[in-house]
Amino acid sequence: MLVMNNITKVFRTETVETHALKQFSLTVNEGDFVAVTGPSGSGKTTFLNIAGLLESFDDGEYTLDGRSVKHLNDKQLSQLRNEKIGFIFQSFNLIPDLNLFDNVDVPLRYRKLSKAERKERIEHSLDVVGLANRMRHLPSQLSGGQQQRVAIARALAGNPLFLLADEPTGNLDSKMADSVMSLLEDINQTGTTIVMVTHDLSQAERAHRHIQVLDGQVTEQQLSKPELATVNA
Amino acid sequence: MWLYYTRLAWLSLKRHPLLSLLMSGAIALGIGAAMTTITINYLMSADPIPEKSDRLFYVQLDNWSPNEPYDEPNEPPDQLTYTDATALKAQAPAQLQTAMAQSNGVIEPQGLGKEPFLARLRLTHNDFFTMFNSPFLYGQGWSDSADESGDRRIVLSKAANEEIFAGENSVGRTVRLEGKEFRVVGVLDEWVLKPRFYDVTTGAFNEMEDAYLPFKLKETMELPNSGNTNCWKMPEGEGFKSFLTSECVNFQFWAQLDSTQAKQEYMSFLNAYVEEQKKLGRFPRPLNNRLTDVMGWMEHENVVDDDAEVMMYLSLMFLAVCLLNTIGLLLTKFSFKTGEIALRRAVGATRMQLYQQQFVETVLIGIAGGIGGLILAALGLLGIEYLYGEQVNDLASLNLPLLGIGIVLAIISSVLAGAYPTWRTCRIPPASQLKSE
Repeated sequence: MLVMNNITKVFRTETVETHALKQFSLTVNEGDFVAVTGPSGSGKTTFLNIAGLLESFDDGEYTLDGRSVKHLNDKQLSQLRNEKIGFIFQSFNLIPDLNLFDNVDVPLRYRKLSKAERKERIEHSLDVVGLANRMRHLPSQLSGGQQQRVAIARALAGNPLFLLADEPTGNLDSKMADSVMSLLEDINQTGTTIVMVTHDLSQAERAHRHIQVLDGQVTEQQLSKPELATVNA
Repeated sequence: MWLYYTRLAWLSLKRHPLLSLLMSGAIALGIGAAMTTITINYLMSADPIPEKSDRLFYVQLDNWSPNEPYDEPNEPPDQLTYTDATALKAQAPAQLQTAMAQSNGVIEPQGLGKEPFLARLRLTHNDFFTMFNSPFLYGQGWSDSADESGDRRIVLSKAANEEIFAGENSVGRTVRLEGKEFRVVGVLDEWVLKPRFYDVTTGAFNEMEDAYLPFKLKETMELPNSGNTNCWKMPEGEGFKSFLTSECVNFQFWAQLDSTQAKQEYMSFLNAYVEEQKKLGRFPRPLNNRLTDVMGWMEHENVVDDDAEVMMYLSLMFLAVCLLNTIGLLLTKFSFKTGEIALRRAVGATRMQLYQQQFVETVLIGIAGGIGGLILAALGLLGIEYLYGEQVNDLASLNLPLLGIGIVLAIISSVLAGAYPTWRTCRIPPASQLKSE
């Protein structure tokens, strides 16, 4: 579903070249829950941005849902992002003037969907994250955990192929973080693929696969405990 | 989608009310100044009689001095002598043509408590009313025979009729002017020409006359000159008659010529007339007769003052300065939106869709600025009217096309001001903004 082969990304300034990804290769299959960890500057966010088509790469091959993305134009990339990818960010990135309903509506606005269909999807997504009764509230009226749930609902509303989560619990206390992780697990149980970047090893262990990135390369891949248990069984 | 963008724009404007107000205010100031001067220029240069301005011709004959032109480089006088005005009326081949002159005289209204007043008079021929589409409230112009014999007939303006007859139908009644009885044959309806193109030599934006009299009365009643009288040599002899037979110019002349052929024939007549006069010792200069249509005459006489044009260009420069300020404010405003824009990019908005969203916002700012600007322009025009008084009455007002121009100018201005901030904001890499939010 997501296949990266020998991806290279170099950030250049007038005086410095930074190799963010070097021969980076990774395959994510349908239904996976992949955690990506690594120290700061290791290249995990660059990987996530390239995977999310938010950043270009210099060399290598990236195939998303069977389609090479290397030579796509802005409109094609936007359409792919809209239809295939759901984003969850550390800082939620909700639009403060819009209520929950309208925030979840944002990605749907860039699709040719009827008003009724959009409404149905929004209500369903907010229901999945347990906030269906607060859809007319503004983000500022919610706790951090609830705001992240809205962001997850927004990501889910478009029925994406996979979710890209960048430190989804980084701004939350442990209780809220646990609740959000449980929600992500539930979503993954329904068949949605998740790729999550995190610093928190305990959360990484809750994923099926744990990938460590160092100096722009995948250094280690391992199955997490639950997955190992399944394999051993 | 455009409705969605409009809603987002409205929310965005509400999010930063002070910034929104400053941006709209900057545009409003620029538009207000620009529209004030554009209005004055537009109305000054507007065609005062569009239905026939290309068929009405002002007549000039060059009777001036052999030693120097009336005006450089070789301009003929802008008025005629009495001799030529009366001769053209009698002989020239136009179905409608009129000589005219401005004068004044005291009207004595009958009735208790009514004071005599000095009336502005226009001496003219009855063709005047047909040629210039004068609107009649009561009656009509005088007859051809009144023109020929100089009968004491009078057409009153609506205001004068209000003053003298309390607005009643006064046709057939008499008015006492300069100690003589005149029979009222017509009363004009409200009639305001800006510019008063038929006689710009006495001020294109002066008020219309109080009363109109047969041209011949100039001679028979020896009515005084008004406006500019220019002579290149002194009258021979003394008294009113010698002035009328002199080379002094104080009379205007218009002809209605409905075809190119009619114009050519008329010009041929003028040339032949001048050649005849040369044989009598007049017209010492080479042939230099002119027939100029209404708009050409307005331009020739610089009806739109150079100062007014300079003011307009200055105000447009001021608008440009206001736009530069607006660009700065928009950059600030859009810098607050980089997170939202990055998010929209991430969830699938194309750059074009984001441009459109920002475009709608700048248009809304433009509309608000335009409305504010038109209010300021209306206040500016009131100020000009207050400063210059009657001279700019009816000029200093915004009509529907000008309101449209104001709004369109504001929208174009805001879109221009928004182009760079929009482009810049939409080019910011979304990844960096999403991480840093």
